[in-house]
Amino acid sequence: MIADLGLGALAITLVVSIYGTVAAIYGGLKSKAEWIESARLAMLLTFPLISISALSLIYLLVNGHYEFEFVTRVTSNSMPTYLKVTALWGAQAGSLVFWSWLMSAFASAVTLRKWDRDREFLPWVIVVSLVTLMFFVSLILFFENPFARIWRMPDGQFIAALFQPAGGVLASLRDGQGLNPFLRHPGMTLHPPTLYLGFVAFVIPYAFAIAALITGRTDDRWIRITRRWTLIAWLFLSLGLIIGGRWAYDVLGWGGYWGWDPVEISAFMPWLTGTAFLHSVMIQEKRGLLKHWNMVLIILTYSLVIFGTFLTRSGVLSSVHAFAASAIGPLFFGFIVLTFVGSLYLLLRRWDDLKSEGTMTSLLSREALFLLNNLLFMGILVVCFWGVIFPLVSELVTNQKVTVGPPFYERATAPLFAGLLLLMGIAPLSAWRHSTAKTLGRAIWKPTILAALVGIGAPLALGIRSWAALLGFFLVALVAFVTLYEFWRGMMARRRTQGEALPVALANMIARNRRRYGGYIIHLGVVLMAIGIIGMEMFQKETQGTVPAGGSISFEGYKITYQSLSSFDTPDGRNVTRAVVNVEKNGKNVGELYPRRDFFFESQQPVTIPGVRSTWEDDLYIILVDWLPISSQGATFKVFVNPLVNWLWLGGFVFILGTLVAAWPDNEPELATARKRRRAAAPAEA
Amino acid sequence: MKFWRLLIFPAWMTLMWSSVALAQDAPPTPLPVTDDQVNALARDMYCPVCENTPLDVCPTKACAEWRELIRDKLADGWSEQQIRAYFVDRFGDRVLAEPPPRGLNWLIYIMPPLAFLAGAYILFRAFKSWTAPASEPVVKDADSEADKSDPYLDRLEEELRKP
Repeated sequence: MIADLGLGALAITLVVSIYGTVAAIYGGLKSKAEWIESARLAMLLTFPLISISALSLIYLLVNGHYEFEFVTRVTSNSMPTYLKVTALWGAQAGSLVFWSWLMSAFASAVTLRKWDRDREFLPWVIVVSLVTLMFFVSLILFFENPFARIWRMPDGQFIAALFQPAGGVLASLRDGQGLNPFLRHPGMTLHPPTLYLGFVAFVIPYAFAIAALITGRTDDRWIRITRRWTLIAWLFLSLGLIIGGRWAYDVLGWGGYWGWDPVEISAFMPWLTGTAFLHSVMIQEKRGLLKHWNMVLIILTYSLVIFGTFLTRSGVLSSVHAFAASAIGPLFFGFIVLTFVGSLYLLLRRWDDLKSEGTMTSLLSREALFLLNNLLFMGILVVCFWGVIFPLVSELVTNQKVTVGPPFYERATAPLFAGLLLLMGIAPLSAWRHSTAKTLGRAIWKPTILAALVGIGAPLALGIRSWAALLGFFLVALVAFVTLYEFWRGMMARRRTQGEALPVALANMIARNRRRYGGYIIHLGVVLMAIGIIGMEMFQKETQGTVPAGGSISFEGYKITYQSLSSFDTPDGRNVTRAVVNVEKNGKNVGELYPRRDFFFESQQPVTIPGVRSTWEDDLYIILVDWLPISSQGATFKVFVNPLVNWLWLGGFVFILGTLVAAWPDNEPELATARKRRRAAAPAEA
Repeated sequence: MKFWRLLIFPAWMTLMWSSVALAQDAPPTPLPVTDDQVNALARDMYCPVCENTPLDVCPTKACAEWRELIRDKLADGWSEQQIRAYFVDRFGDRVLAEPPPRGLNWLIYIMPPLAFLAGAYILFRAFKSWTAPASEPVVKDADSEADKSDPYLDRLEEELRKP
């Protein structure tokens, strides 16, 4: 009954989406307001409808309805309730429902904004949002239906089908296979939702961009309307990536946070274009330049969002042949090609209308440096994209799979990331429109000297001789000083003009220009993250050894003494093998750690959970690799010393804080800005 | 712009290619073989079953056996290059962390720098076409116009210009 409700709601969503799309197109072309209003209400309706469907599925998951194939695959009796809820995104079918649910939430939220000034955008925003939603709901209904039941056939075989096959009897299973052990982690309750929120939220600025192309409104109105949507999308995507990194660090047991895995990269690519977009729209808003490029960037971001979902959902990463065999792979591919080509066609149609309103006047101006920043982001994107698809190209052409692993990505992207840091240090000091080497040099020499002293001098004094590390620390220090200097200059200015105390000046300054200072806080977050990344990438140390009970491994100032090992079963279907090790640092006892290996019976899968001692200086990260049958004879440990890694997580917090500051709602900011512009333009016209 | 082109791009291309070459030779390993020696080699290798998990950290039995195989070969005095070649012979190029630089695989190393150079060239051309002739009196007007769009910044900048 509940399942039928969920399935029915999903089917009605598809019908409503089709109706809404047709009504919006008709209303938009014929300028019929009542049809557009009807389409708007249809889009508003999609959220409650998919909510019914998603909540029905959650009900089935939580209550152990194992007659449904999806429920059997991702839940089991031994799982706690919260994991049964998060099992919604534990496999393909459910995650598509979840994706559509979030998509409909954003689409419905958009319908509720004030449309008075932008009525002409509305039908086309509806069309883009509903077509995207329609695609995903169709995939669920026709190819990956989570409401399919398991039937036992007369020949004893089990098949999954939506409706009762001839001779089939509903299977009554008592337990399921349970969720993939790697997904049974608090990080996994947050990582997919945040990432998906980021993905679907980027559909909204794309929808407005397409609406602008269709209606021919070539000003920057679509950018101003979607500025906050873009920031929210970017916020969630960033958050998703950071939480994903933390999850990998805690669960995957390889001592790192980012492995340049194609699945990670597929989420990173829209972030890259989204970040480039966030920077380059400022040039269009300030200077009326780069209208074409901003369209390209948002089209790319949307396509990469769908491409990312395609990569992770189609099986293409395992093999191009798996992709061809999967039902949804070719459909995804077709949808990406169709939307990409369609968007480019619209862009080319409006190419001449999107002429820049101004000119570039200096290669050192803020807008020129932002463009260089875009070039570097695109460079990283090319490396990522090519690295992900090259194994597929190779398999298609030579029938031989190859691996493109971290060494390739690290070598190719490191100089580009360094370039981005350099620009992050220079750009805040350059002026919009006109900047010369002289003015820029005057502004930058003090922070540069300070950065050299702190970023190069201090590490040298500490005995660091790696030129790459010194360069990294210098760049990090440069960005930090320039950013802090910007805050300082603003605060001092306010103190002089308003007579405010410095903390008040800081608060008022940020409140009055959240975007600018939110951006600077994000830069400071990047600085902290970069410190952690430099520490991990250049100074991470590891060793591995087998020691008997009572034996020790001495490494990098730590003494790790293996004390005991125990093995026991848990009620949630695991066998846990847990070691107790004592840790001393520089001769001082700092406590015990408990690295362990969990073996999940249902999936026959081991998960390595490290024992970690975390400080601002470094993390001691111990993995239980193996043990001898009689545990007192010995166990094998892998020991990582991860310098400065906590700065990465702290940087993540600051990064998100900065994004929140930048995205915090103003009172109709676009209206206020438009008023300012009109006032500014009035004297010129007079 | 010239500075960038002169310094960054060739450096980047050199970096990309140099370590491909560097990865070829290594001295023979002395006995007995430590876990660290095994892992140093396993770190840049992948088993064909566990996708995208480096061999040194993969917890599966198959990968543990592979690591033992590496240990045996090292103990027999094989060089790292010989061991890599042995695994490639048995399981194909996919066991390596990077495609070996030959045939079609060259594309992976050549494409990104070429695309970047193309992007830089397009940007350079765009800059040139956008840049207004110096004689145009746009600079002054523009400054005041840009500032007008944000009165707070205008005030801030004006204040900062004072001695």
